[in-house]
Amino acid sequence: MNVLVYLVPLALGLGLAGLFGFLWALRSGQYSDVDGAALRILQDDDVEPGR
Amino acid sequence: MSAAIDLSLYAKPEADGRVSMDLAVDGVTCGACIGRIEGAVKQLPGIAEARLNFTNRRLHVVWNGDAEPERIVETLAANGYHGHPFVPLRAEQEEAAEARRLTRCLGVAGFAAMNVMLLSVSVWSGNASDMTSETRDFFHWASALIALPAAAYAGRPFFQSAWRALKARSTNMDVPISIGVVLALGMSLVETAHHAREAYFDSAIMLLFFLLTGRALEHAMRRRTRAVAGNLAALKAESASRFDGDELVAVPVAALRAGDRLMIRSGERVPADGAVLSGRSKVDEGLITGETARRRVAPGDTVYAGSFNYDGALTLTVTAAGGASLIDEIEKLLEKAASAKSRAMRLADRASRIYAPVVHATAALTCVGWLIAGASVHDAIVTAIAVLIITCPCALALAIPAVQVVAAGALFRSNVILNAGDAIERLAEADTIVFDKTGTLTLPEPRVVAAEKVDPEVLEIAARLALSTRHPLATALAREAKSRVPFEGAIEEPGRGVRATIDGIEARAGSAAFCDVPEVVSMPGLSHIYFTHGGKSAAIAVAQSLRPDAVETIARLRALGLDLRILSGDRAAAVAPVAVALGISKWGASLKPAEKIGLIEDLKRGGRRVLMVGDGLNDAPALAAAHVSLSPISAADLTQAQADAVFLGERLAPVADTMIVARRARALMAQNLWLAVIYNAVAVPVAIVGLVTPLIAALAMSGSSLLVTLNALRARRGGAA
Repeated sequence: MNVLVYLVPLALGLGLAGLFGFLWALRSGQYSDVDGAALRILQDDDVEPGR
Repeated sequence: MSAAIDLSLYAKPEADGRVSMDLAVDGVTCGACIGRIEGAVKQLPGIAEARLNFTNRRLHVVWNGDAEPERIVETLAANGYHGHPFVPLRAEQEEAAEARRLTRCLGVAGFAAMNVMLLSVSVWSGNASDMTSETRDFFHWASALIALPAAAYAGRPFFQSAWRALKARSTNMDVPISIGVVLALGMSLVETAHHAREAYFDSAIMLLFFLLTGRALEHAMRRRTRAVAGNLAALKAESASRFDGDELVAVPVAALRAGDRLMIRSGERVPADGAVLSGRSKVDEGLITGETARRRVAPGDTVYAGSFNYDGALTLTVTAAGGASLIDEIEKLLEKAASAKSRAMRLADRASRIYAPVVHATAALTCVGWLIAGASVHDAIVTAIAVLIITCPCALALAIPAVQVVAAGALFRSNVILNAGDAIERLAEADTIVFDKTGTLTLPEPRVVAAEKVDPEVLEIAARLALSTRHPLATALAREAKSRVPFEGAIEEPGRGVRATIDGIEARAGSAAFCDVPEVVSMPGLSHIYFTHGGKSAAIAVAQSLRPDAVETIARLRALGLDLRILSGDRAAAVAPVAVALGISKWGASLKPAEKIGLIEDLKRGGRRVLMVGDGLNDAPALAAAHVSLSPISAADLTQAQADAVFLGERLAPVADTMIVARRARALMAQNLWLAVIYNAVAVPVAIVGLVTPLIAALAMSGSSLLVTLNALRARRGGAA
């Protein structure tokens, strides 16, 4: 059962990484325009408009 | 178009020395608009950044100092979009900050709930098989390590609200929630220290997670409607032509100060209360008094913000706020009505007021009962706390917000925006609807009457002529034009009409004298635009007309069993035909704002719950006095601020949709409360006899929360006819 001594903290660490990822995404405004993100992926940024 | 408007009011300096501006953009319909708008704006000189938020239809532009913000609006217009700069309201910013805080709490609670549950499931299965007590203690301590800081962080919205309520010597739903969470965590900690088999860390943290989910959803919905309302307000904001010296400058209405001199052209709305300096005209004060007949004004007369200038150009000085007796009177009435409005206790408050004492008494009795039965103090307390945990109002706290969120979403799709959170409950209670006439039952702008009786060819030419002027009657006529291209070389003669040479012959549209045709004897409420072109002439009638689906909507409302009335500030001669057309037998005309309130108070005294639907400034006090109120989006700002909900568009159908959605939502709220009661009726006895384990608590809590949430989703259906 000694394996738990490092497996549980490891699992928690991974969970925390996910949590910080979420908080980072929230802070940097990733959720501020949810509908727009779905449409922006379809844009051709490298093509000049009207060409 | 008028000269470019001075937008410096809306530009705000950024920390890095650049300048930014937010614009509400109208006309954004698809993904292609994003690229088109951003591309076009970024090509302007000096623009550093342009980003369109597709979710709330707002454009954020940043520039380096010497770009002209006016060019942004022009560029948008050239691409077919209307851009209106605005400064976000403080309420909206505060709400955004609160929403972010809730989402952060939700993230933390979600993380903690998942990890504690991971450990708890191991303990449960370990207890059933062969887990050593050392391993169990390790898992419990690990749970405590996660749950305590997470609860301290994620529980703050509840703890703070509970503390505020207790300090004010009252109670709310957050009080039992906070007590339950704190006791569950405290007991689990003590039990863990004593190497017990069971701990309730998972229940406490899961409870917080479910409750935060409900609250975050509620907030997200409120923010979405708030953003739409903010955009609409920005789109409505008009500009005024102000004299700076002798020069005429277009400025946003928000920048006007008392003493400013303004020029009001024909067809413009008066942006601020003022005294006429020069010029003569007729003004339509329908938005203020409900009166459709136009008032003549001459130098020295007072005109009110919101009136529509019909005939000639006026110059006026803006009078100090409070100088306008009419607005003053309305605001006084408004204050009185709003303060007299009985703060009816809402369903959730009522439930929580009964709930908390009952639950706490039950827990105390359980403790005493076990002590009398001979149990140890430790066992008695543990059982009592288990009762508190199992009754922690997870389902109860979700029962009503969940329905509100879903119903608000359904209303949003029916073009109704809620201003007040508890409006749905009050709407469902309404049994009498009082309508205003002008701008509510009728369209805010006049329309051509019996267009089909006019020779289509004549109508088309007249309508295209009307495109060249902003006169309000002509605007009604211009609506009928199939081609949106005005005639070249059309000349407007202010106060008289428009003329243009078409196929070599002069065509005129305007007053009878201007067109040299005999005047038609007019009925009250009807105005005529005369037209002549060669041998052809016509008198085209223009009048306030009913909203296109008014008759049908009134019938639907009547079928719902509602008592319908009209209370109008307009003359009886103008109200009667509307009442007849709609089949409403109870109506009043020429009513002053105070009289409207009086009639509504009478109805209230008669035990009725009144829904007031109105748009005029004169309706604002009545809206505040009524049990619940609705306004069309075209309403005066002050009026809209009073209304519990605002509906968009030309149709009246949203009023009927609102009633249907609200009634269904109310029924679902009651159902959900009963579900919560039944859940407690089953779970509490089990807890009292001491059979609840953490596993049962977890299952019961998530099961009941899921049940009420799923039931709330049924409010989605219906509304839109």
